[in-house]
Amino acid sequence: MRLAPVLLSLAIVALALPTAAQNPLVADLSEHQIQITTGFTGTNVLLFGTVDEESDVVVVVRGPTQQTTVWRKGRFAGIWVNDRRVVFDDVPSFFAVRSSAPLDEITSDTIRARHGMGANFLRLRTADKSVSDVELAEFRAGLIRNKRRLGLFASEDERINFLGGQLFRTRLFFPANVPTGFYDVEVFMIRDGRVAHAQTTPLIVSKAGLGADVFFFAHRYSAFYGILAIILAAAAGALAAFIFRKN
Amino acid sequence: MNIYLPIAEISVNVFLLLGMGGGVGFLSGLFGVGGGFLMTPLLIFIGVTPAVAVATEANQIMAASVSGVLAHWRRGNVDFKMGGVLLFGGALGSVSGVWLFTLLRGLGQLDLVISLCYVILLGVVGVLMLVESTRALFRMRRQADVRRKLHQHHWMHGLPFKMRFRKSKLYISALLPVMIGFIVGILAAIMGVGGGFIMVPAMIYLLGMPTSVVVGTSLFQIIFVTGTVTFLQATQNQTVDAILALILLTGGVIGAQVGTRVGTRLRGEHLRSLLALLVLAVCGKLAYDLIITPSDLFIIGASVGH
Repeated sequence: MRLAPVLLSLAIVALALPTAAQNPLVADLSEHQIQITTGFTGTNVLLFGTVDEESDVVVVVRGPTQQTTVWRKGRFAGIWVNDRRVVFDDVPSFFAVRSSAPLDEITSDTIRARHGMGANFLRLRTADKSVSDVELAEFRAGLIRNKRRLGLFASEDERINFLGGQLFRTRLFFPANVPTGFYDVEVFMIRDGRVAHAQTTPLIVSKAGLGADVFFFAHRYSAFYGILAIILAAAAGALAAFIFRKN
Repeated sequence: MNIYLPIAEISVNVFLLLGMGGGVGFLSGLFGVGGGFLMTPLLIFIGVTPAVAVATEANQIMAASVSGVLAHWRRGNVDFKMGGVLLFGGALGSVSGVWLFTLLRGLGQLDLVISLCYVILLGVVGVLMLVESTRALFRMRRQADVRRKLHQHHWMHGLPFKMRFRKSKLYISALLPVMIGFIVGILAAIMGVGGGFIMVPAMIYLLGMPTSVVVGTSLFQIIFVTGTVTFLQATQNQTVDAILALILLTGGVIGAQVGTRVGTRLRGEHLRSLLALLVLAVCGKLAYDLIITPSDLFIIGASVGH
């Protein structure tokens, strides 16, 4: 009776082994969860794997999408104010692309647009019909520039390194202001300018520890949080007055 | 040593925050002001969003005011009746202020309004203080002591709802303190300041309150107004970072003690002119930022709603 599950799992392994060996693309992350703790200052996640020889690798990391407002400033009576806004739907809160060679050398613009390989190839759309195409392009460029400055759209100049012909690795950096949620890490194997294989690996970014509790409490039980903040302030003030009462 | 602030959602060096708290605390002890008008712009400079900076400052000022009012209370320098009337206006003001804050945030004009309020108020108060303290310095030199009446009679004294405030030795319309409280409540909600730098001159010059009870009474009122603002910001906007407030507070309490000691060795007029220059410097920096062409004309706005 005990033997049945063992035999079954052996059979599964036996069936799976040849396919795993045949699969030309295998990739994984060193961690599948990033925890934002109180001491969090950003973190590196190692992406590694193997591909067939003579092919290139492209990695696309996407954070959860958000509705994002971009403002253009205008000058009124000598001061700069937010003048015109465009609301983009479904902007990835975090975005990074890495490749083993310059993307324009290994693949076509069509492929890049299809898989969002590069911030300039993202489908950044707005429901706002009043924006002209020229303006929209400016707002898009502004959005990408701002996201880059915040470190939320990573630089696309860094390369994936090969160790030997098949083994690749790269370090993905997630800054301290990394948004929480479910991330998709897509790994593409490119051969002759086309996507030959693709694999998606999940990554979860979540708050942990005291900070997470505070954030959860502040949003879920905001009235209690407000009262607690007041009590804390009053107690801290009274304590200070007590400690320095001689003055 | 960096700490990740849970509500502000940024990672900041703890010692920088303690230093800021200590520095602003020192100045507030030295000059006898709350320091919110310095801390809020400083927090914005280090990358905290204006919305979080303003709401968190309200929380921190509340703590500072509690410790301040206890000292004044022991000396009997708090006019509770006047404080209560001011508070009534303050509560109305802070409710309107937080409502306005949420509205402006939705319109994407919150940062601009915060900056403009700072430039205008700091500019006016700074210039008035500088003029007043310079005059006082000259008067001291000439020894020309011009006697003034306890207070002048204006149109304000013809207003209805007169009330007697024994501690302040006043018989005035309750509408005046309610109005002052209301304005300060709005400022507390929008600018993250206690409003002492507006309220104290208003109590002295407009209401004609004796200087001895002014500071204690204004602190008493500030506790409740900033408390209301803390609660409303926490429930409506979730922008109160209690961890940030606690760190700033720790530095602030120590700084204020040192500041108070140094302050007793300096002359009042000198202090006031120094404070006026400081106020004008902050005002100048904020005005400059509004006028110079930004490095990027496009910015990502706060998301509308959650």
